[in-house]
Amino acid sequence: MLSRTADHLYWMARYTERAENLARLLDVSYQMSLVPQSLASQNENWRAILALNSLEDAFARVYSEVNVENVLRFMVSDAANPSSIYSCLRAARENAHAVRGTLTAEMWESVNGTWIELRQQNFEHILARGVSEFFDWVKLRAAVTRGVTFGTMLKDDALHFIRLGGLLERGDNTARILDMQYHILRQNDDEGASDFYRWGALLRSLSAFQVYRKVYRDAITPARVAELLILRMDLPRSLHACADGIVRMLQLIANGASAETERQAGVLHARLHFARIDDVLAGGLHEYLTDFMDRIYELGDGISQDFLIPA
Amino acid sequence: MSADFYNEMYDPAGTLRPHYSAFADWLATMPAERLERKRAEADTAFHRVGITFAVYGEEAGTERLIPFDIIPRIIPAAEWQALQTGLWQRVKALNAFLHDIYHEQAILRTGCIPPEQVLNNTQFRHEMMGVDVPSGIYAHIAGVDIVRAGAGESYVLEDNLRVPSGVSYMIEDRKMMMRLFPELFSRHMIAPVQHYPDMLLENLRTVAPKGVTNPTVVLLTPGAYNSAYFEHTFLAQQMGVELVEGRDLFVKDETVFMRTTQGPQRIDVIYRRLDDDFLDPLVFNKDSMLGVPGLLSAYRAGHVTLANAIGTGVADDKSIYPYVPEMIRFYLGEEPKLNNVPTWMLRKPDDLKYVLAHLSELVVKEVHGAGGYGMLVGPASTRAEIENFRARIVTAPEKYIAQPTLALSNCPTFVESGIAPRHLDLRPFVLSGKRGIGMVPGGLTRVALREGSLVVNSSQGGGTKDTWVLED
Repeated sequence: MLSRTADHLYWMARYTERAENLARLLDVSYQMSLVPQSLASQNENWRAILALNSLEDAFARVYSEVNVENVLRFMVSDAANPSSIYSCLRAARENAHAVRGTLTAEMWESVNGTWIELRQQNFEHILARGVSEFFDWVKLRAAVTRGVTFGTMLKDDALHFIRLGGLLERGDNTARILDMQYHILRQNDDEGASDFYRWGALLRSLSAFQVYRKVYRDAITPARVAELLILRMDLPRSLHACADGIVRMLQLIANGASAETERQAGVLHARLHFARIDDVLAGGLHEYLTDFMDRIYELGDGISQDFLIPA
Repeated sequence: MSADFYNEMYDPAGTLRPHYSAFADWLATMPAERLERKRAEADTAFHRVGITFAVYGEEAGTERLIPFDIIPRIIPAAEWQALQTGLWQRVKALNAFLHDIYHEQAILRTGCIPPEQVLNNTQFRHEMMGVDVPSGIYAHIAGVDIVRAGAGESYVLEDNLRVPSGVSYMIEDRKMMMRLFPELFSRHMIAPVQHYPDMLLENLRTVAPKGVTNPTVVLLTPGAYNSAYFEHTFLAQQMGVELVEGRDLFVKDETVFMRTTQGPQRIDVIYRRLDDDFLDPLVFNKDSMLGVPGLLSAYRAGHVTLANAIGTGVADDKSIYPYVPEMIRFYLGEEPKLNNVPTWMLRKPDDLKYVLAHLSELVVKEVHGAGGYGMLVGPASTRAEIENFRARIVTAPEKYIAQPTLALSNCPTFVESGIAPRHLDLRPFVLSGKRGIGMVPGGLTRVALREGSLVVNSSQGGGTKDTWVLED
């Protein structure tokens, strides 16, 4: 298929996935902020969200104070913030628009419908209705788009590039969410009882709470949470599941220039496939996740050069 | 007033024309609320599917709908036959003219067209001299605008031979009518139009470069911000061909390739929806980011076919339009079957004098204008507008032509105040290829929704209607 078409499909999927995971991240942060704690530590958590996306400076140019309402406004509906949910859904729609002939009618209508509905709600509406309801709406729209994608698209390269983009973005985003929340939770180690709610919120944000119960049938511990989200092959949002999908998609779209990118994906996959959680934690979870995100970034770079923007 | 216009549905005595009788019976049984509900349903569906046209200068995502009218324009079989024969004749002559002026220029030597009108025309492309195109076809797709005047006689208003658009609305309007009112299609024998993309693809495949047996066809678009982008995606999807932009293509060894995820792939036929000026920055507009450097060299070498060919604009130019009947006589030895609108060419002093004295009665158009921009409709203009336009004419009369204000026919149309007559035109699409000329019955009917308006262009608030050619 046309490289530019593949590029648009890939980024459409990445932005759709990113919007969803941003909603998940903000939702878990919001839920956690409801757990009793000092205002200072609460605002520290919101600052961490900005830091996670390297947005402190951009935020400071517009807002004087880091607090829940300002950060939500900035990350949800600020059209000038390229990382906001608003901007992600706009970019997803623009990419879809550029290749709408390649999409099935249902897919285009889903992506376009999400955008039309989003434009009808301003931040005051969202606040009034409750931000969690808005985050649920974002997740629901992502689910609808994903559903019509798999339910209507021909299983050809177009679908493979959409899946590849989604998996790459999801792997990165899961690592980010885990990295940030793990960091905060470890800091608050001494607060004891509330940890249960915090770990629970993290698992729920990645749709993994019930899964945790089912898999471990035991108390929630940080090591098991990390194992579930990183190493479990059967959890759809885990790093291992994402890496596995990336390897399979790359096999399907391989061309004469993509051997090195395939090799790198294979290495990433093997490191997850044969890892033990004790080793991961012993080496430092933050270091492990940072290394993972770097490798995802390089894979993205390789995919661009091999398939999307060939010289 | 309405008696001065030909009404498509009723004769001057107010009697229903026979080809509308079954429709009128049906309409009489339809409560106004149901019609209104159906119209709202059509709007919603068009919006959701995104059948829109982009408005230049507005934020992305604010595309507008072209209003769709639920009352069809119906054409009886015999009338369509006559129209079709006339269109074939006309397009055949126009293609012969284009071949001639880029080769022997026989018609210029006879004196029936002043040579400087052709050779000094900005749309005449010297780069095309002596270039042989497959089957001698230049205008593979023509969108000929036809209007019907006071007594019911048809006139050709314009021959659009560059990148005529609107065919997607013809197809979508039909789909919508079938969805809203399926019962109408069992009451009438309505000639189908939805196979147009198949005909177009087949037509494009027949004009592939010599020796290519299984040509790769692509549709070249200026991009997502072009006003006709919806149509580009629609046609590419319906034909199953890649929709490409200039940056997707490159030329190597006088051959055109597209960049794909599996490496470069050779292109044989380009259905281009991009004007000549932007096609190749090495030859035409140097600043164009939309084209493909080297495309003209590949084209001249015969390694790729462009549809339409480069340089067709000289044949649909308003300064050449008055000579089309002469072309038909010269190339085909036939009398023209379709009427030309009498045209004053303001470069001629006598014509200029007459027109300046009768501005309030005439329509004045820029020779190179299109889309309903840059024109004066005398009877519908204020004195100040006329004087303003007069000043523009006097500074450069050669840039203008004038025509009598045609009493465009009208047809009942569903508007705010109920059902009322509105003026319309018809754009049939004529396909020319190696195997001759083909078209689907009908075309795009455009309707001026403002009361009394004679301008049907979508950029000026026009809408569309489904067009039914009845089969006997």
